[in-house]
Order: sequence, then C-alpha cells, then structure tokens
Amino acid sequence: MPAEFLPKSVELIRFLPEMILTAAGTVLMVADGIAGRRWSKAYGNLSLLGLAAALLAAVYAYGDPGPAFSGMLMADGFAAFFRVLVISVGILIVLASYRFLAREEAETAEYHALILFSVAGQCVMVTANELIMIFIGLEISSIASYVLAGYLRDDKRNNESALKYFLLGSFATAFLLYGIAWIYGLTGSTSLVAIRSVLASRDMAVSPFLVGFSAALMFVGIGFKVSAAPFQIWAPDVYQGAPTPISAFLSAGPKAAAFAVFLRIFMTAFAPIGSGWEPLVWLSALLSMTIGNFAALTQSNIKRLLAYSSIAHAGYVLVALAARSETGTAAAMFYLAAYALMNIGAFAVVAHLSGKGDRFVSVDDFAGLATRQPLTAALLTVFLLSLIGVPLTGGFFGKFYIFKAALESNLVWLSVLGLLNSAVAAYYYLRILVVMYMREPSEAATAAEPLTTGLTFALVLPALGTFFLGIFPSAVLNFAGKSAVLLRR
Amino acid sequence: MTLLTVVLALPLLGFLVVLLLPRESEETIRRAAISIALVTFLASIGLATGLSSEAHGPQFSTDVVWISSPEIHYHVGIDGLGLWLVILSTFLTPICILVSWRSIDKRVKEFYAFMLLLEFGLIGVFVSLDLFLFYVFWEVSLVPMYFLIGIWGHERRIYAAVKFFLYTMAGSALMLVGIIYIYNRAGTFNYTTILEMFTSGKLGFTQSQEMLLFLSFFIAFAIKVPLFPLHTWLPDAHVEAPTAGSVMLASVMLKMGTYGLVRYCLPMFPDASRRCAPWIVVLAIIGIIYGALVAMVQPNMKKLVAYSSVSHLGFVVLGIFSFTQLGLDGAVYQMLNHGISTGALFVLVGLMYERRHSLEIADYGGVATAAPWLSTVFLITTLASIGLPMLNNFVGEYLVLQGAALANFRWAVFAAIGVILSACYMLWLYQRVFYGDTPEAVAGHMHDLNYREWAAAIPLLAMMLWMGVYTASFLPPITRTNYAILEQSKMNVRFRVAAPKLAPYLSAREVPHAR
Repeated sequence: MPAEFLPKSVELIRFLPEMILTAAGTVLMVADGIAGRRWSKAYGNLSLLGLAAALLAAVYAYGDPGPAFSGMLMADGFAAFFRVLVISVGILIVLASYRFLAREEAETAEYHALILFSVAGQCVMVTANELIMIFIGLEISSIASYVLAGYLRDDKRNNESALKYFLLGSFATAFLLYGIAWIYGLTGSTSLVAIRSVLASRDMAVSPFLVGFSAALMFVGIGFKVSAAPFQIWAPDVYQGAPTPISAFLSAGPKAAAFAVFLRIFMTAFAPIGSGWEPLVWLSALLSMTIGNFAALTQSNIKRLLAYSSIAHAGYVLVALAARSETGTAAAMFYLAAYALMNIGAFAVVAHLSGKGDRFVSVDDFAGLATRQPLTAALLTVFLLSLIGVPLTGGFFGKFYIFKAALESNLVWLSVLGLLNSAVAAYYYLRILVVMYMREPSEAATAAEPLTTGLTFALVLPALGTFFLGIFPSAVLNFAGKSAVLLRR
Repeated sequence: MTLLTVVLALPLLGFLVVLLLPRESEETIRRAAISIALVTFLASIGLATGLSSEAHGPQFSTDVVWISSPEIHYHVGIDGLGLWLVILSTFLTPICILVSWRSIDKRVKEFYAFMLLLEFGLIGVFVSLDLFLFYVFWEVSLVPMYFLIGIWGHERRIYAAVKFFLYTMAGSALMLVGIIYIYNRAGTFNYTTILEMFTSGKLGFTQSQEMLLFLSFFIAFAIKVPLFPLHTWLPDAHVEAPTAGSVMLASVMLKMGTYGLVRYCLPMFPDASRRCAPWIVVLAIIGIIYGALVAMVQPNMKKLVAYSSVSHLGFVVLGIFSFTQLGLDGAVYQMLNHGISTGALFVLVGLMYERRHSLEIADYGGVATAAPWLSTVFLITTLASIGLPMLNNFVGEYLVLQGAALANFRWAVFAAIGVILSACYMLWLYQRVFYGDTPEAVAGHMHDLNYREWAAAIPLLAMMLWMGVYTASFLPPITRTNYAILEQSKMNVRFRVAAPKLAPYLSAREVPHAR
C-alpha cells in the first residue's frame, strides 16, 4: 500500500512550522550566495518574515492536534506552547540583532539562517515524541548554536566560546545518545509512550538498575543543555564570549526546548520510576540555585552575571520538575516563558549598551543610565525586578507557581531553600539597579546611542509580556495546565 | 466600586499621571502629586465616617476574581485595625510631599512617582483580605522605598537601600512559603474564609506545623517591625533616607510588621503565638531598653530618632503579645501615635538639615534663639514622643503597660524603664540642640518656619493633641476589631486561656457581637 508511506496532509500541517523555518533558512543561504553583502539590510527582515510565518503555522497546527509521521512527532498543546515560545524567542533575538550586527559590520544572511535552523531544531525537539527525533532536533539546534556562539570569527572570545560550547556540548550529547541506546536495548522501543508502558508493567523483567543508569545518562545529557549543576561549568564562559544577542538566544530558546525534552522524557517515559530520579533532580535543583546565585554575587561582567543567574533560574525550573506533578509541569512551562522574556530583555539592554567589540560589559558601565536614557533604564528595571521575583511581574508569578507545585508535592525544604536563594539573588540584581539609578553617568551611558526601532521592540515587547504574565497569568497558566495533562497520555 | 477601591486606586492613578507628565515641568509635577495625595486623604476620611459600628467583619469590601487558577481574588475590605493605618498613610503622604517641595531638586518626576506608588503599596497592605494580594502589596511597597532611599538619600544611601531590601526580601521569602502552604491546605487565599475554616475546625495544623507556619510569618513581620535583634537595617535606612523616606518608613512601613502580627499571626496561629509570647515579649523588652540606651549616646539626630523607634515599637509588640484587650488596643493606638510623633520628629530634623546641612547634634546649639517657632514645634513633638499626658503617646503607652501588667506584672515594670529612658534621651537632645549658646553657623542658617512648613507641621501637632485628649474619636473601632481578633485567637487553643480580662471600659452595647 504505497499511499501509506506518504504522509497525510494533516500530518504535514502538524509539521508546518519546521518546514517554513527550514525553507526560510535555505532561502537566506541561497540569497547570501547570490547577492552577498548587497542585500545585507534585507536579511533581517526576511528572517523575521519566516519566523512570523512559522509562528502563525504553529498556532494553526494546534487547530488540529495529534501525532504525525507514525507517532514520531506529537503536535499537542505542549508542543504548541513551546513552539510559540521558541519562535517568539527567535523573533525577539532577530529584533535585538539589527543594531548589533550593523555595529559589528557583520550583517550576513548566514547569521539569520543559523538562527532559523536552530529554532527549527528546537521546534522538532519540543514536538518529538520519540527519542531519535529528540536527538535529531537537539543536534539541529545545537550545531547551529555552536556556530552562532563563534559567529564573529575574528574575535578571540567568540572562538573560545564556540569551541568550549562545541566540545562540552558534543560530550554531553554523547551521554544522551548512550542513554538512548541503553533504553532502546532494555525496552525495545524509542517511543516515549512505549517505554513508559514497558517500565510501568510489572511482568516484564527490566533491570531497575540499568533503567536508572540509562535515565541518569540522559539526565547528564539534557542537564548540560539546560545548564543545570553540576553540568553548568560551560555556561559562564560561553555566554560571556558569545555575541550578546546570541547569549540571550542561548539562555532562552535552546534552554526552553531542552527543558521541554526534559519534561517529555521524565514525565512520560520515566514517570513510572519517578521516585527514583526525584532525589537526583532535587539535588541538581538545589545545586543549580545555590551555585548560580552565589557565583553571580561576585561577578563584575554583566554577561557573566546573567549567565550565572541563568544557571540559578534553571534550578528553579528543576524544582518544578522535582515536584513530579501536572502543576509542576505547568509551572515549569510558565516559568520558562516568563524567564525567556525577562532574560532576553536584560540581554538586549546589554547588547544595546555594550558598544563595538563588547567594550562596555561591566556592571559599572551601567552607571547613570537612568539619567541618560530613562526609558532604557526603566525597561531594564522591569526585567531585573522580574528576575528578582517582585510581584506583578511574570518572574514572580512563575516562581510562586513553581513553589506552590513543590509544596503540594511536600518538597518543603527545597522550597524554603529555593526562596531563600531568591533573596540572595536579589543582591546582585540590585547591584545593577544601584549603579543605574544611584551613580553618576559613566562613559558607556554617555556614549550610548538612542534606541533603534528594532531594539525598542525587542525591549518593549518582553516588558509588556512580563507585566502581562505577572498581572494576567490566567490565560497562559490555563493553557499550560491543560497541556501538562496531555503529556501524560 | 466602593470608596475603598477608590482610595486604593487614586495613588496608582497619580503615579501614572506623574509618569506621563514631561520631566521638565517640575512645578506641575509637584502640584499634581500633592493634589492627588490630598484628594486621596479626603476620600479616606470618608472611610472613617462611613465605617459602621454595627456591622461585623470588614467593610467597604470588594471581592472579584483576579486570577482564575489558582484562584486569587482582588479582595479588599477595612475594619478598625486597617482603617487608621490607611488614614495614617494618606495623611502623611501630602505632608511628605510638602516637606520635599524644595529639598528634592533632582529627578523630581521619579521622586513623586515613587511617593505615590509607595502610598498605593502601603494602603494595599492594610486593606488586602487575600493572602496573595497581601503579599503582592507587601513586596510592591518595597520597591519605591528602595529607590527613595537609594537615589535621594545621604552618603551611605546605597548600602542602606540594599540592606533594607535584602532584609525584607529574606523575611518575605519565608512568608511566601507559609502562604503557599496554607493555600495548599485550605484551597483558598481568601483570608475571611481561612479564618472561618480555622474556627469551624475544617482547617487545622499539628503543633509543629503551626509553629513553623507561625515562624514563617513572624520572622517576616519581626524584620519589618523591627524586633531586636533583627533591627540592624533600621538605623541605616532611616539615617540615609531623605526626609520623606524616613517619615514614611518610620511612620507607616514599620507598622506593616506590627499590623501583620495582629492581623495574621494572632488569629491564624493562636497556639503558637501564645507559646512563643514569653520569648517575644523578652525580645520586645530588650528592644525597648536597648533602643533607648543606644539612642541616648547617638551623636546624630536622625540616628537617635531611629533608635527611639526600635524602643517605641518594642512597646507595640509587648502590647500585642500580652494577649489582653487593653494591651492590644494600646499597641494599635501606639502604632498610630508613633506614626504621628516620630513622623513629626523626622520632618523637623529634616527641616533643620535643610538649613544647617548637618545631622550632628554637636553642630547645633541655641536654635531656640534663632528659630523660636521651630523650637516650639519641636518641643511639643518631643513631649508627645516621651509620653506626656494630654499628648498622644501617653495613651498608647499607658494602655500597653496596663495590658502588660494584667498579663505579667514584671513585663510592665521592665517596659516602664523605657518610658523613663525616653524622657532622658529626648530631653537631653532638646537641651543640646535648642538651648545654650548659638554658634555663628546656626544663627546664620536657622531661619524660622515658612508657610509651607507650617502647613506640614500644624496637622501633625493637631493630631498629637487630638489623639491625646479625645481618644473616643479613634479607639472604639480599634477595640471592636481587637475584640474579634482576640476571640478568634482563642479558637482552637489547646490549652484554654483563663477567663480573659476584657476591656473593662467596654459595655456590652459597644461590643455588638459579645455573647
């Protein structure tokens, strides 16, 4: 029956965002070959167009949710949520990149093509319902990100960043792959649902030790991607070295997608052995929060500071994972959305101020920004307050929801330690506020150009989003809650 | 929309209006800020006149869903406890704006925006009847105060601002755990419902759970009060803050802590509160005496007033944890008194700083010759602060001491030492600053009060006198609410309290729900 080998049209629609992204990326690559620098102004717009179309497609695909390609993909609410998230991240990054690329004289199509490919990979990751697809998505996303981290190839730190990211990243991917191989050998399947049913049934003799071992291997692989302690060592160097918009990208998009994979694998396939991996996640969450926050206290480079803060925030999401409940999953989803917004916003301000070749990236360079550019300072204040977790921002509500889930699952000590951690974190975010508002203007603040249109959007949209998530969280929360239920099937 | 919502919304509206005004038109910004603040004050008067003495529970209440899941309500209401604290906030905000009129000359727009945002947060804290909403306001009020201290403060302002923020943040992180825990057990944030569930026995905790929950709330409140030994942020914050910041901090923000103790700790965790009471009272008494002793040796006027706050707030905590009607009434009354008289002291010290540009006592002397009216106002405030009869603090201190004596006579004895000490340090301060020879620097700079400053001072003086002479205008709603809180705090108490000595001066008619 040859007809069955061809995917049905509904399946193609469920795969539409990825196809659009890939097509747009390919067009950009070809355009680069034909026109080169001459069209350099148009590439950004083209990439925005592709991302916007993919965003629409992601929403449209949710109109008829279901599996695609013999169940290898599952375009459900969960996938739709994360697709919209990672594509929106892509849009914001492109918006934040215009000025940066012009300043560095590096407006090429390949930059945008790589972002599109990376986003496409992330979309595959969040839709994948099966370990091989997860792996393929992860690789598409990662390889593009490795290149992006070293995009300014004449810059020493860019090279260092890319090399570190690549070497450690490949190493971690190997762990993941090894784990996949083991689990396939043990259960005879790579489908998450099939693995789950094998692990849940009592009559099949699967060695618990070996299952635990392979779960641990996969935990290492994904833990690296989300920069969870103790696999976080790479993050500060990579974030500091990479071009600033790419640091923003790495801390939001790939991280969110990796967490989506985390949730899918551990809440679906490994749900039956939950009590086994919970202590692991518990410990990793605590370590991430503590290491991230305490290391950030002493940083003077703002990109490094945000990198450590991103480790800490990964810890908060792991708290939600440790809760092992639908509320926890929904909380993690909500938090990732809030975190993506506030972190991109903060990095976008850094990109705005840093100047050519990252001249101004120390915390002190933000001195007096509030006098020179009150709007920029106010927007950064919103993001920082959200990162601290002050009410009426998305960051607060996300944190609240995470710890609510944790307490429901009786993780009292983890919650107490986590919230005390967030008080520690307040200190280093406040340092930025202090220099911005309470010091005399520095060279950087004086030299800063006015905000460009692209950057204004890249700042105002996340700020509005942060307030929206903080004041009217219900819509997103309900959607996340609904999708978290679907995940269990 | 009830009047209470209007009172709450007005400062927020003012905040937005000020934000939209152009940065250059500073005079317009000042006028807009004071107009909004005055309108808010007038509206809040309506709350006092409209508060019915017959109705039970919170009034002017509004309850609409804000976030659907988890269900969080915009649920506000007011009773005798919150009423006067709201009015205290709306009363002091215009005064703070008046005294900042000339002294704040940089970033005027932000300053007034933050003042109004602060007022919004403070009112919100005192009217919330939803635990989540309460937490939101609790944290929101932190941000403007942080900026007020950090931007417009004195030399060590940054250190003080960060310390203030972190102390409070650490405390409230624990409180958030407690709030979420209660929500997970009760299934609601609605405070009224939670109390009903406690009363009817639907919601109960084991002894250790209750103790931990109590501590999670108590520590957050104790930091804010501040209770010895958690007070170390206070002298820094007070000294470094600009005048308006010090006033709002001392007069209203510290009351958030004591308010929380009365509103949340006593009714929700009666057992744990009673078990901890002896320890807390000891800390409060240490605070009273220690604060007074440290105040005595301060060379800096603002620091002296700041430490006197530690001492005065010790009285409030003592009154609360005496678990007597008199003590509790006195504590609430003392919250207001301290707000008025210490607020006035900070205003006056601020006015002197504007003239002489120094806070060191040694830089002053003989001010009474140079500025007789200023000195008179200061003297009246000093006398109020040390608890002279006919002035406000006397009433509060008396009630607290009486209540403490009913609970345990020794507590009252030790606390009374604080009253004596307060007379020592305040009068000594007055003597050193206002009497003696007038140095050249003082005579040259110390001009007397102008119209604007009189406008700020007269309402404060009037309140000191009114609250000292005619307590009947203020005390009845407080007593009614405290009666209900004490009743609630006897529910589910495992070791039943001996027959309470309830307000002997209250007839059954005045307590409508007395059985």
